[in-house]
Amino acid sequence: MFDALILILDSTVRLSTPLLLACLAGLYSERSGVVDIGLEGKMLGAAFGAGAVGYVTGNAWLGLLAGIAVAIALALVHGFASITNRGNQIVSGVAINFLAAGLTALLGQTWFRQGGRTPPLPQGGRFGDITLPYAEQARDIPVVGEIYYELLSGHNILVYVAFLAVPVTWWILFRTRFGLRLRAVGENPAAVDTAGISVVWLRYRAVIACGILTGIAGSYLSIAQSSGFIKDMTAGKGFIALAALIFAKWRPANAMFACLLFGFLDAVAIRLQGQKIPGIGEVPVQFFQALPYILTVILLAGFIGKAIPPKASGIPYLKERT
Amino acid sequence: MSSGQLPRWVDFGLIPVLNLIAAFLVSGLVVLLIGENPLEAVRILLWGSLGFGEGVGFTLFYATNFIFTGLAVAVAFHAGLFNIGGEGQAYIGGLGVAWACLALDHYVPWWVTMPFALAGAAIMGAAWAFIPAWLQAKRGSHVVITTIMFNFIAAALMNYLLVNIMVKPGSMQPETRTFEAGGKLPFLKEFVPGIDFGTAPVNLALIIALLASVAVWLIVWRTRLGYEIRAFGANATAAVYAGISPVRVIVITMLISGGLAGMMAINEIMGSQHRLLLEFVTGYGFVGIAVALMGRAHPVGIVLAAILFGMLYQGGAELSFEKPAITRDMIIVIQGLVILFAGALEHMFRPALIQFFTYSRSPAEQAG
Repeated sequence: MFDALILILDSTVRLSTPLLLACLAGLYSERSGVVDIGLEGKMLGAAFGAGAVGYVTGNAWLGLLAGIAVAIALALVHGFASITNRGNQIVSGVAINFLAAGLTALLGQTWFRQGGRTPPLPQGGRFGDITLPYAEQARDIPVVGEIYYELLSGHNILVYVAFLAVPVTWWILFRTRFGLRLRAVGENPAAVDTAGISVVWLRYRAVIACGILTGIAGSYLSIAQSSGFIKDMTAGKGFIALAALIFAKWRPANAMFACLLFGFLDAVAIRLQGQKIPGIGEVPVQFFQALPYILTVILLAGFIGKAIPPKASGIPYLKERT
Repeated sequence: MSSGQLPRWVDFGLIPVLNLIAAFLVSGLVVLLIGENPLEAVRILLWGSLGFGEGVGFTLFYATNFIFTGLAVAVAFHAGLFNIGGEGQAYIGGLGVAWACLALDHYVPWWVTMPFALAGAAIMGAAWAFIPAWLQAKRGSHVVITTIMFNFIAAALMNYLLVNIMVKPGSMQPETRTFEAGGKLPFLKEFVPGIDFGTAPVNLALIIALLASVAVWLIVWRTRLGYEIRAFGANATAAVYAGISPVRVIVITMLISGGLAGMMAINEIMGSQHRLLLEFVTGYGFVGIAVALMGRAHPVGIVLAAILFGMLYQGGAELSFEKPAITRDMIIVIQGLVILFAGALEHMFRPALIQFFTYSRSPAEQAG
């Protein structure tokens, strides 16, 4: 029982990581007032960039850089459309999802000719698992040692990056001048503008931060969790991250718990596939797949607290009327 | 940057065309990038979509889907709502079509089944839009987010129903049995003499889609409800002040929108596939956003934009057949670019055009 639980929690950590990175990415963007439903597309683009460069160079770090670069490029397209041109942010996000889905498959087929996937990564092209100090020795200690060995140790570096990003994001948002301004620009851009701070440049920086984090999230999928890019490998994770962001009410620590919850649901669904739960019978897998979305809708309905988005989110800032 | 600074023909004609040209130019660059000739690609695309009867038939078949989903998005636009859930509403609409067809196809001819299937599609689609609509109206939860969530819930629900409950007994494929003749809409070629659409499944649903376009025009511009919808979309506060009930407008608009999206299933399920199967919507709901944007949320524009996207779908299929290097994913790229340039970047050319037209008009005004 204890072993099974540890295993489920272990895969929870692995499944939560990309959600958490994408969720924090969305946090920066939406806190600055730029709604982003293109998290999915940016992750997919990054996964492809990382997979392709990881395969060609055999260097996971270069793959990660490429993934981040692709995601930033897509983020800048979103920024150009929604900040500079004051276009509709939802439409721009939809466009980015389409572009990423189409371009990754098209270029993947053109460059590698394997039906849109990249070939399996060579040695070194993938982030390996890290064994934390003394994990081997601690293995035999009951409970504490097992948790340390199975749950905390033995993940790749991006997992640790994701969970470190939570306090870092909190610190940036709530303890730095940049964070204060970022939050202000998402609530009341006119006030920020009056104070002589550029709304446009602030929002661009937020969007770039979003690109960096979705870049890591996408790279995690193709060069850390699995070995190579597969067509449409994000499979809705960007939208689950978006759901988690709302569920977390746009707060970093809550984001971590929401992503862990959704990752846990995923892990349980995999574990319970085809098994009967005493008293309930077999729970359909699809129920667990839909649960994150159902929970978010219930939250949005106001039955579990209230999710209030940043006040200016989704509204382009117009400095002067013409 | 309000409207009225530009002549109407620039606003409704020139700007969409410029946006489209920009999207196609970038698409051309993508084609160049993968080592093919863009002009050659355009030639194959045009020929494949319009050059022969079967191509035209497929173009119109795809256009039918886009008319429904485009109208769905457009109606919501008029009330200032963004229904991004056409995908899920159409998927669930398929359920209504399938129930009607599976229940009736043994006993009655298609023209008796059709009204039930249509009603089933519209009611199921509308029902799927109802909860997001109600939550928006009563609880203020944003309809964009809830409809996205409902797309995924719909996918999970349909997956469960098809795999576990509605599947044809003894079959490994997650799909229902094939409908009998009583559950099949006639193909256009069967009752329009002298047209050869080959194997293209363009069917009676195209006529229904055109009728729906007329109905949407009537509702939005010629009824009291339509006036309320447009007033609410233009300025919700003013509309409420004028005695328009926001809850009523939001819920009714979303029901119409969801119903229209659901009716897309008539074309796919009763008109072409003749069975309910997984993922028959595959992006039509999302492309409806592009169609509505390009068509400026007006039924005439939507029909034209739907035909354009139908051409892209059919021509793109032909293109991937002739030039294996340009896979069908190219269509998704082009769609993405059209959504980007015609939707998110729609104001990009505006400042330059305003400058151009104010400059060129001002001497005349001075003379007058």
